[in-house]
Order: sequence, then C-alpha cells, then structure tokens
Amino acid sequence: MNIHEYQAKQIFKKYDIPTPKGIMVESVKDAVIAAQELGGPIWVVKAQIHAGGRGLGGGVKLAKTIDEVEELANEILGMTLVTHQTGPEGKLVQKLYIEDGADIQSEYYLSVVLDRKLEMPIIMASTEGGMNIEDVAENSPEKIVIVPVDPSIGFQAFHGRELAFGLGLTDKDEQRNMISFASKLVKLYMDNDAEMIEINPLVKTGKGEFIALDGKMGFDNSALGRHPEIAAMRDLTEEDPDEVEAAKYGLSYVALDGEIGCMVNGAGLAMGTMDTINHMGGTPANFLDVGGSANAETVAKGFEIILKNPNVKAIFVNIFGGIVRCDRIANGIIEATKITDVNVPVIVRLDGTNAPEAAEILKNANIANLIVGDDLGDGAAKAVAAAKGN
Amino acid sequence: MSILVNKDTKVIVQGFTGKEGSFHAEQCLAYGTQIVGGVTPNKGGQVHLNKPVFNTVSEAVKATDATVSMIFVPPAFVGDAVMEAAEAGIELAVIITEGAPVKDMQMAKAYATKHGMMTIGPNCPGVITAEECKIGIMPGMIFKKGKVGLISKSGTLTYEGANQVCNEGFGITTAVGIGGDPIIGLSYKQILPMFEADPETECIVMIGEIGGDLEIQAAKLIKEQITKPVVAFIAGQTAPKGKTMGHAGAIVSGTAGTAKEKMDALEAAGVKVVVSPAEIGKAVKEVLSK
Repeated sequence: MNIHEYQAKQIFKKYDIPTPKGIMVESVKDAVIAAQELGGPIWVVKAQIHAGGRGLGGGVKLAKTIDEVEELANEILGMTLVTHQTGPEGKLVQKLYIEDGADIQSEYYLSVVLDRKLEMPIIMASTEGGMNIEDVAENSPEKIVIVPVDPSIGFQAFHGRELAFGLGLTDKDEQRNMISFASKLVKLYMDNDAEMIEINPLVKTGKGEFIALDGKMGFDNSALGRHPEIAAMRDLTEEDPDEVEAAKYGLSYVALDGEIGCMVNGAGLAMGTMDTINHMGGTPANFLDVGGSANAETVAKGFEIILKNPNVKAIFVNIFGGIVRCDRIANGIIEATKITDVNVPVIVRLDGTNAPEAAEILKNANIANLIVGDDLGDGAAKAVAAAKGN
Repeated sequence: MSILVNKDTKVIVQGFTGKEGSFHAEQCLAYGTQIVGGVTPNKGGQVHLNKPVFNTVSEAVKATDATVSMIFVPPAFVGDAVMEAAEAGIELAVIITEGAPVKDMQMAKAYATKHGMMTIGPNCPGVITAEECKIGIMPGMIFKKGKVGLISKSGTLTYEGANQVCNEGFGITTAVGIGGDPIIGLSYKQILPMFEADPETECIVMIGEIGGDLEIQAAKLIKEQITKPVVAFIAGQTAPKGKTMGHAGAIVSGTAGTAKEKMDALEAAGVKVVVSPAEIGKAVKEVLSK
C-alpha cells in the first residue's frame, strides 16, 4: 500500500526526520490560508498523487507570492497529471501540499528498499538527487552507494559511515547529520513494515543539515494488520475502483486493454492464460485470479467486473481445480448468467477436482453462448476465435 | 528415489487442529503421508485425526522423531512457527500459509539457515513425491509416479504442468511448489541440483514468473551444472509493468524481472523454453524422445 507525500512527512516528523513545514489542502481557498499560515517568503505547491515524476509532469511549482500560490493551486488542483509512473491516462489531482521553500545547497537521493537477492533491506544513496534513480543506475551506476542492513543487528554506526563516505561527505558535522538521518530512516522502515521509502531529493542546506524535501512510502500489505494507523492512511481514490471492488470478494483483478476477459484460479495460471491467449493472436482484457476459496458468489462477481469493460468480446474461464472444486465454479457460472446479462461467448475449461460433475452441471444448464474447452490450449484457441466473431 | 521427501518421511503439522490444517492433514494422510502428530498450543495431550497433539514443536519432535513440519498457522504467526521448528531440530519446514509479512520471513529464513533447516514457501502448494508422500495442498490424484521433476512458483501451474506430463505418459518423481512471495525458502538454485543427483529424475520442468531474478540465477546454474534436459515456462509475458499480478513477488519493476529477460537467459543456457503453459507436456515428450 502506498501513501501520499504529506502522509509520509507526518511519519517523518514522528521519527524526528527533518522535513519542511507544510499543510495538505483540498481547495484553492485553503491553499491561500495555508500559505498565509506558513508565512513564506517562498512556497512550493505540490500535487498529491501516488506516483513519482510529479515535478517533470508540471505538478510541483514554486511560488514567490500568495497570489502565485492561488494561481498555481487553481492550475494544479483538478488537473490530470501524467508522469512516467502514472501511465498515459494520468491521475486526477485532488489534494495539494503547500510547503515552505528550502535553502538548497545540494541534492541527494536516499532510499531504503528490500533487496530480494540479499533478502534484507538496503540503503541506496546517490549524489545525483532529483534525478530518476533508474536512469542513474543505467548511466552512471558508480554514483550509487548501496549499504545492506541485516535486520538482526539493525542500523549500526558503520552503516552510516559507509553511506557518508560513499557520498563523499568530508565535513564531520555533515557526516554526523547523515548518519543520524539514515539511522532514523531505517528505524522507521523496520518499525512499520515498510516495503520502500524513497526521498528524492534529499537536500543539504547551507548549514550542512539534511532535509527530506520529498517522501514516498510503500508498506507490506500483509503486515498492515499490525499497523492500524498506517492502514488508515489508505486513499481509495488513488486506486482502480474495479480492483478495490474485486478485492472485497477475494478476487485479484488488474485491468488490461485487450478483448478477452479471463477468469482463472491461481496467479501463475492466470498469467499463463493471458500469455497463451496472446500467443494465439488474441488480447487479454484483464488478469483475474479467483483465489483458492472461489464459490458461486465470487464467480458471479468476477463476471460482473469483467463485463463492466465494454471492450470484452469473449470470456475465458480457465480453472484447474485443486482446492477449488470445479462443480462450485460451474454453479457460479450458472448463477452469473442469471444475475448478469452475459451477452458474449463464454469459453469454459474446467479440469481437476470434480471436473466430470462440473461438466454434467453445465451440460444440463443448457446456457446459450457457452463453449466447452477441452484443455488450456483448446480453450484459449476457442476464446480467440470467439472474440474475432468466428 | 525422489528428492526431499518420501514414504518414510515423518511429518508433523503446526496449526494441526485449525480448519485448514485439519482438512489438508486429513488429505495428506489419505495420500499415504506419514503424519505422526501435530502442534497446537494448549491442546497438548489431545488426539486429533488419530494422531497426538503437542503444545510445542520440541515436544513433538522428541516424541515422534519427525523431521519435516507442514505449517498452517495464521500469517501473523508464521515467522514464530518457522523459528520454533528450526530451534526444535526440524530439517525441512513446508510453509503453506499465504500472507506472511515479508519482514517476518526475512528474520525466520535467516534463523532457519543458521540452524541448518530448509524451508519451502511461504504461500506455496507444498511438496509431493508421487504416490509416496504429499506435504501440502495439491490435488494428489494428478501426480502419477514417473521420471519428471517439477519446480514451480505457482500452485495451479504446478497442477497444469504435472497433469500434462502425466497425460503424455511420463509421470512425476517429485514436484516442489516454491511460492511467489518476495522472500522464499528453497528455490531453483537449490532444487535443480537435487533433481540432477536423483537417478529417477530424467527431465526437469521449471515454471517461473515475472519479478525478482531467481530464474536468471537458475539459468546460470543450469549452464554450469545441469546435464538433464530442462523445460521451462515463465508466466507474465503479457503482464503490465509496475502492477502486482496476484503473487506479492510477481511484479516487473522498471526493466528488471521481465519474462523476456528470463526466457532469453534460460534459452541461452540450453533450456527448452515454451511460450505457453499449454505446451509443457509436448515439450517434455520432445526432449525425452531425443
């Protein structure tokens, strides 16, 4: 789960991590009040969306007067911001963060993320602040400092020294400031089951202090249960409404831009089904994993979500029943055709536990539009043909 | 022969008396697995599914000589359960539970490694040696005894692959579902050499997916150490970037972890890579008839 910059900065404050003063607002009027309260002389007006690259997309701008704050708030609030992380459709800006300007001497990059190969968190830092870190990694990997932190010992001073020297800090006060900053950041990461914390840019002021000018945080969904205060920061308006709706029923759904709706059990088989459709010349309209506890209700819900997409020309139900019993899926399909108007061909391949019973149930139900697939390949081929109107 | 588990393997179940634990332990017993007892705190002394229940893993191990534990405890307690098993001298923990916090698994896996305990999972279907021992939640009836070893991150693709292999008439030695979480126990790198050393396994099916680089590490290892033919499928060629596809670890971040990168690496290592899981059975037939 990701949170907004303004929320990340609330957490920074709790950990005594320096960050400029700021106020989150949802209207132009409140933006002006916030600017007055902060006092200036410089303000930054920042779009709050769950994506990086906001500055380059025109969502972060500097104001030198209150009038300019008003003007910029008017411009940015309600705009659809497109960045390299939002996809071409962009994201609607519904919240702004009005922040004090900072005294910037130099900019750095600092993050804590899980390294899957090392199986522990790493601190990643660079002198190339404000840049896209993937580009830095690609073009000048020598400018990235990586310090792994074994969770069984936690952050130690030597981690901080590796970081400070790696960044070329020679002033002893600056080194101390960096070590203390990183130590608090790692503690925040560990305490809250974060998945990643990224500060880009981290700025060094004229006084040699480090300030988090930006803040991006993501958390391990599996651990949210023990962090209710973080779970409460979830902003559902930032998420795809169909994905949120699907999750309520234990379905894992991701919309794609093709024509064949897919309903599959298991994430791997769901991806494999999409790949098979693609390989046979069709295009998948979605990823949908009905999970291990699929029943008639969840299958019906799956149909409803898939059919909301007007591009869907056929649906391929591909189930290999292990825990999931095929007869239950078959009943779900029948249920779905009763409560939703299924007006496209449905290709059904059911294999594994109770498959013969399921075949019998479907046969007796006599549903128009229903085509049986003998195996994965056969089902996918029939779905591709059906979507093409054959 | 087989790898990891066989008809003589003694198994205990952590989370034995819970709904999931009970259901699957019963299925495993019916398959022939030697489940010798289970652990549920405060239920020690009871009898469940005709097997003794213990309060702690250490008591269970002392009383039964079990070497493997099948773990069904709820997600928040998985880390604790794995460390308890390691401390008690269990040799292999098979973690079925889905949704264990990543931080807990980091700690638990590091601790298990320190104690010399292997782990499989979490969030996996488990391990099965065909017609001998099933430790997990897979439908036992599709695994016929044979000569193909199978390793997969995905549960249902394990079933799909095994079913095709059996339909082609070859059968399975052992199938291991390693799970698709960001931190997992045994992976391709450890399991491939076990199949290489197993005289009954003549061919290996490896099923991977987008995210991380375990398949890339596997490709390197196959090139250097594996002489038996390998058939591979990587799920997620059509998955969009930056989106988690069901499994927490199945995500393409930036340009890393794509299906194409993994398929190319495996192909370069001499692996027969198929573009659709529907072709796994045929590919096994092809490499075995060479």
